[in-house]
Amino acid sequence: MNLLAIDTATEACSAALSVKDNISNLFEVCPQQHSQRLLPMVDSLLQQANVSLQNLDVLGFGRGPGSFTGVRIATAMLQGLALGAELKCAGISTMATMAQQAIEQCSAQDIVVTIDARMGEVYFAHYKNAEGVATLVGQEAVLSPQTAASLLPTRAFHSVGTGWQSYAQELACENMTGTDILYPDARFMIALVQQAVNNGDICDVEQVEPSYVRDTVTWKKLPGRE
Amino acid sequence: MRVLGIETSCDETGIAIYDDDKGLLSHQLYSQVSLHADYGGVVPELASRDHVRKIIPLIRRALQESDSSQHDIDGIAYTRGPGLIGALLVGSCVARSLAYAWNKPTLGVHHMEGHLLAPMLDEHAPPFPFIALLVSGGHTMLVRVGGIGQYQLLGESIDDAAGEAFDKTAKLMGLDYPGGPMLARLAEQGEPGHYQFPRPMTDRPGLDFSFSGLKTFAANTLRDANDDPQTLANIAFAFQEAVVDTMLIKCRRALKQTGLKRLVIAGGVSANTHLRNELKKYMDSIKGDVFYPPLEFCTDNGAMIAYAGLQRLKAGQSDGLDTQAKPRWPLDSLEPV
Repeated sequence: MNLLAIDTATEACSAALSVKDNISNLFEVCPQQHSQRLLPMVDSLLQQANVSLQNLDVLGFGRGPGSFTGVRIATAMLQGLALGAELKCAGISTMATMAQQAIEQCSAQDIVVTIDARMGEVYFAHYKNAEGVATLVGQEAVLSPQTAASLLPTRAFHSVGTGWQSYAQELACENMTGTDILYPDARFMIALVQQAVNNGDICDVEQVEPSYVRDTVTWKKLPGRE
Repeated sequence: MRVLGIETSCDETGIAIYDDDKGLLSHQLYSQVSLHADYGGVVPELASRDHVRKIIPLIRRALQESDSSQHDIDGIAYTRGPGLIGALLVGSCVARSLAYAWNKPTLGVHHMEGHLLAPMLDEHAPPFPFIALLVSGGHTMLVRVGGIGQYQLLGESIDDAAGEAFDKTAKLMGLDYPGGPMLARLAEQGEPGHYQFPRPMTDRPGLDFSFSGLKTFAANTLRDANDDPQTLANIAFAFQEAVVDTMLIKCRRALKQTGLKRLVIAGGVSANTHLRNELKKYMDSIKGDVFYPPLEFCTDNGAMIAYAGLQRLKAGQSDGLDTQAKPRWPLDSLEPV
């Protein structure tokens, strides 16, 4: 099975290609330049592996949460690629991707992801290692750091994401092991795309949808229309 | 040559397919007006989210309607700017990656060039050179158009765009968003002679516009007036008359200054009947010609982007893989064809 994964949800921009289980990937921290960097990355991975888009089976994309615009860049790029090459799609959580990296690199069992969501909040999710694959415990949410702190597991866990730096005091916890995983890397989406394929959790390009997690708070309706 | 055009600069998702042999083959449009009405204006984040939802089904429908497969499409044009950055990025990224998957050239088009060339979608198309008055919710400008990409900016609004002044004044009158066209309809019931609005920046030379003062004048007038329907209609009449008269004065100056006798009016406000009538009357009096886009192409649409893109793609222009949206992009910085 040949898979391509892309992610632009945070300050990082990344792409990974898996051809017959050989994974190649590119990763760059390049804020504000994702739309310029992503397609050249994809093109160079495909060229190096000597495969065309049409040789792929499934496209995975970082569906969020993260920067709204960043999430949409990967989504829209994926929409064009999937429509053009008639490929199935898999939306993968950016937080699951980061948790997966902790599993593959640190053999983590429990992982808590926090991403600085601005406006005094963090995106928060708890993942566990289920036979090597990051699996969500509860749900992804956008919370105050205080609320997030109250939801931290009582057993040992690994921490990933930018939220721990932004709210070091609020989120301090004794049973936490820090990692240097700050951003999602498409390299670690590959296992999750594979899992989505196995579970039949893939869709046509029309059904592709970002997952912003923060859905209502930033705009206000006119009086009387709420 | 056949080009797929994609427009997502604001609150309309427009997809079209234009063929330089057969003309416009498909024109799909989804307007988000009802989505934004509850907020009294366009919410950029909601606009971007909705483009993501609508763009793929619209592209599919355009391909179907024009009976085109990827092999029939020779290039993809999209709006690169100016506009809302988040909204622009959706169309830009989909266009760029779709063109990559199809292995076709792609080109980012200037939104206002699209509007400028929209009258070319009509059978009665203007020959170059001409003066163009571009009036929409986001722009008011006078441009001397020598050819495709040969744009000399003669004047523009230093504050609110004309369409913006219409919408904001309509809001003051309690009309729903976007109130501009409703205000224009209300003005039809108005009687002349009750109110006199100023004609901003007409008492000095130059071709720049300013409309924010008219909005303030409207606010003061409304505050001191009764709110019976006839009074409101009379105020709407006087407001519209002032905007149209101001634009007429500036167009007259631009035509005199350049010695041209052809005028193109494009952009959302070019659908305004009173504006069309007044400019027609004037152009007839100087034995000149006035051109408008077909009504459906006055507001944002994919057809004008497909058309403008085709002219440039045909001349061999195209983009690399690095997709970039340009929320600000001066019209007179474009390359000529």
